[in-house]
Amino acid sequence: MSIILILIPLIAAFAIMAGVGRAKSVATLAAAANLLLGLGVVFCWKAPIWDISFEVLSKPSIHLALGFYDGMSLVMVILSVLVLFTAVMSGRCPEGRERLWYSSILLIGAGGLGAFLSTDLFFFYAFHELALIPTFLMIGILGSGERKEAAWKITIYLALGSIILLAGLVWLVSASGSETWLFKDLLASSISADAQSGIAAFLIVGFGILISLFPFHSWAAPAYASAPAPVAMLHAGVLKKFGLYGLMRLYPMVSTGMQDWLGWLIVLLLCNILWVGFVTINQKRLDMMLGNSSVMHMGYIFLAFAALIEAGSFEANPIAKPAAVVLMFAHGISIALLFMLTDTIRRKTGTVELAELGGLAKAAPRLAFLFGLAGMASIGLPGLANFSGEVLVFLSGFENYKGEALGCVQVATILALWGVVISAVYMLRAYRQTFQGPAVDHTDSGHVKDFGPYCQIPAGILAIALLVVGIFPNSLLQFMEEPETAPTEIEQASN
Amino acid sequence: MESIPWLILGLPLLTAAVIHLGLKKNQSLSALVSTCSAAVTLALTLVIVSKGSDLTGSFNWASIAGFNIEIGYEFSQMARGMMLVVTGVGFLVHLFSLAYMKEDSALARYFCGLSLFMFSMTGIVLATNFIMMFMFWELVGLSSYLLIGHWYQKDSAADAAKKAFLTNRIGDFGFMIGILMLWGITGSFTFSELATGLAGHPDHSVFFLGIAILCIFAGAMGKSAQAPLHVWLPDAMEGPTPVSALIHAATMVAAGVYMMARLFLALTPEGADLATLIPAFTGTTIAWIGAITSLLAALMATQQDDIKKILAYSTLSQLGYMVMAVGLLDPEAGMFHLFTHAWFKALLFLGSGAVIFACHHEQDIWKMGGLRKTMPITFGAFAIGTIALCGVPGTAGFFSKEHILESAAHSGQWVLFGIAALVACLTTFYMFRLFFVAFLGDARSENADHAKEVGLLMSAPLILLAIMAILSGWEFMGGKIAPLYKPFEFHPDAPAFIASVSAVVIGFLIAWKLYGSTKEDPLENKGVFKHFRNKFYIDEFYAKLVGYGQDTVAAFVHFFDELIINGLIVGGFSRAAGGFGRIFGRLQSGNLQGYAVLFGLGVLLVIYLTVFVS
Repeated sequence: MSIILILIPLIAAFAIMAGVGRAKSVATLAAAANLLLGLGVVFCWKAPIWDISFEVLSKPSIHLALGFYDGMSLVMVILSVLVLFTAVMSGRCPEGRERLWYSSILLIGAGGLGAFLSTDLFFFYAFHELALIPTFLMIGILGSGERKEAAWKITIYLALGSIILLAGLVWLVSASGSETWLFKDLLASSISADAQSGIAAFLIVGFGILISLFPFHSWAAPAYASAPAPVAMLHAGVLKKFGLYGLMRLYPMVSTGMQDWLGWLIVLLLCNILWVGFVTINQKRLDMMLGNSSVMHMGYIFLAFAALIEAGSFEANPIAKPAAVVLMFAHGISIALLFMLTDTIRRKTGTVELAELGGLAKAAPRLAFLFGLAGMASIGLPGLANFSGEVLVFLSGFENYKGEALGCVQVATILALWGVVISAVYMLRAYRQTFQGPAVDHTDSGHVKDFGPYCQIPAGILAIALLVVGIFPNSLLQFMEEPETAPTEIEQASN
Repeated sequence: MESIPWLILGLPLLTAAVIHLGLKKNQSLSALVSTCSAAVTLALTLVIVSKGSDLTGSFNWASIAGFNIEIGYEFSQMARGMMLVVTGVGFLVHLFSLAYMKEDSALARYFCGLSLFMFSMTGIVLATNFIMMFMFWELVGLSSYLLIGHWYQKDSAADAAKKAFLTNRIGDFGFMIGILMLWGITGSFTFSELATGLAGHPDHSVFFLGIAILCIFAGAMGKSAQAPLHVWLPDAMEGPTPVSALIHAATMVAAGVYMMARLFLALTPEGADLATLIPAFTGTTIAWIGAITSLLAALMATQQDDIKKILAYSTLSQLGYMVMAVGLLDPEAGMFHLFTHAWFKALLFLGSGAVIFACHHEQDIWKMGGLRKTMPITFGAFAIGTIALCGVPGTAGFFSKEHILESAAHSGQWVLFGIAALVACLTTFYMFRLFFVAFLGDARSENADHAKEVGLLMSAPLILLAIMAILSGWEFMGGKIAPLYKPFEFHPDAPAFIASVSAVVIGFLIAWKLYGSTKEDPLENKGVFKHFRNKFYIDEFYAKLVGYGQDTVAAFVHFFDELIINGLIVGGFSRAAGGFGRIFGRLQSGNLQGYAVLFGLGVLLVIYLTVFVS
């Protein structure tokens, strides 16, 4: 049944390409239906009705298998439907390009949903590739600024990342001796320690490039700055989580091998946080700043992953995975909202150069409020989703600290905490420069209009999501209870 | 009864939300709703204080596999006294603001911020564990940011707000590390479990416990503006004056002291001595940071001309006093001074607000003068606040200051005792300088000449606070409602008593001699006083540090990022791409190998053809 979540945007995308109906209406309708379905699923996601599986290739055995593998899939699906709907609603399509615009957005959404719903490793990979193609096209054709350069760069990087990843995945499957590519078969098998180390390296680099792990991060900021807003929202908000999701999903298979790379991973993630953090401080444009900040925040999710690797298993550090998932969700929502609002600023004032902006809060108080909320969320203000994730990540870093000398993960956590200061520096500077101070004449008429009611709906949805998860992190954490009890329940039921 | 604390916590948040979402258009209704909400929380707090029983309650905020983080409340004696300060001063400041801010065009936003602050501060006071405290800690930071930046169109206000937030973030960096370490050592965040947790892990490293406590103290240094993180507080005076009274004098800035007192009491099991549990360097470091802050701020205060800046430096100095008491492992003395200080410092700030209001937003004391005649109520209230702050015997400030001097003497740290006595002397000096110049003599400007006594909405809070400034230190009152009270014992030959009385007398006489009747500052720009006026150039130093340090590093890193990562590595990748073909050759499953290469190349080809050839 879960295939419906993919089919709705997919069919709508093809319908739009074929010219059925008004592109915008079809897309909005499809995304809205998907949003309702995605949120409705929350109440019954454990029901077996959602799982489907049929073999599409027998040797090697590949299944089109979909369903909610665990709570992590569910949280990612919720994230995807939220961002997809708000991206469809908030974007402003250039005149005459509606069909390309809306079908691409829907395809990206369908690809992301497919990846998170796949319970087969091959389709998990393939759906992500499907989503990348329209992403590249949109940046290259409808982007702004240095769009061709940015598109070319992201294409090379991500294609390369994908190939390395695929090599790793193929190696993983062949080394595991599993007969199928299904997650459940793969995770039930085991890999020799020698092979694990090499596979782990391929996974870290392959997924790492897709997640903009240092030093493979330089594609991200220019791509997001050039991309049309909905594409930036969907890629930074949803697609980039694919890599982190994949690492968490496959981790048990290579838990020993990952430990060989722990030191390297810690260095790289700290570079993500501190090095890229400084790069972010030095940005002169709002969109570049946000793009870099998004790279920086990936470091925190990697930190949870590093804590997990050090502990050796999900059970040895039960906080790490939920922490990463909450932060992935929170980051996805907050960065999507920030990109959406930055696009609004660009439309209303004609610029995103920080030096040319100023005093917008007076003319556009609602915009200022929402941007402030999203910005505060992204720098980890309690009460908003990102804090819930970040504090859990930090706790996961100290989960196995017992009051002795600090271990490497604890030292990494402490250094990463300085990133909280860095993000406050660049975010408050940008907010100060954009919204506060004396008003600047941005338009010829010298008057900037505030957010209209139509724009408030998608922004409001994302803001509410940030508040709900910030105030009640259990709203997401309840899905993260490991399903160890589930089999016994079934057994009891059958008895 | 159990639901009342939830109401005290939740009502201000609800008020803030209602004002933001629904009442933005109706300025005066917003003000009224917010003030009523403050009145209700004060009434509810009084109900709980009068019952005098301890209350607790909680719910799970985040739970993972048997691990829970709770949001809850703990109405212990300490929390009751502190809540009385928060809601009491809070309500009076709301009342005062009704008159003070009535001309403001963003009244609704102002009161929304005040209600948000009341919510956050209540959360700190009632917190049952460190994570909850940290959350509300950051939220008071947010409300402080919003209220300092209330007039955000002024560059100075927007900059001050940002500075306050960032400086606090630096403190919170340490705070979070401390919380994490303490969690590792005791296995708990919950205050009520810290002592047992510590006893339950007897093999923990005492050294790391000391480091953890100092890291937590870094949070207190940010919030309570201890040197070298003190720079934000004087700048925070850019906010409206009632905000300065509530947040930057009486409550939020004292939260650091409250938090440290909670920590120290929580770590000490019944009947045990804290000094045996924590390493000696912890307390010494804290006490010295407090003493240095106290002295530096008092010196800076002697040469300020802005009435609010003088009070701000005085607040810094008094906070240093409290921190010193905490560092001397006498949190009771620190908390008692916090309690009395809240009333008289709020009084002084609101008094200065009344003066500023009457003088048409003139803040320079040299352009005031003669207010004794035109504003008799404000004059009287301000006089009471001044003597209470100086610690004239009989006032609340005397009792609490006495305890701090006593604990310094008791610990045998005579250098600290000397600093404390010197600060007491300086306090009297700069407060009477302010008092003589602003209130006595003749009016020195048009604005001061036309000053009129303020209306009842503003004078009533002054009168009530003046009463508290005297009585809150006496046993019949402070003994019942202070968060932690120590009875005063009169020993005319104790060093503390001699020092505090002579400090007041000497400070007063010097102030009288220099400023009793003068039209300009005789010390201005003379010798060492120039450095006091320029705040020892610490702000300039930080501006350089940020400018040359952080921003240069950022520019440098950015440059390298572009050059190396972007240039060399991307170039390297395209060279490396050829090598990957060989890696694929070694992989086993034949079918997929071709598939993979095709997939990757296909993507590239499609993009290339569509985007670049068209």
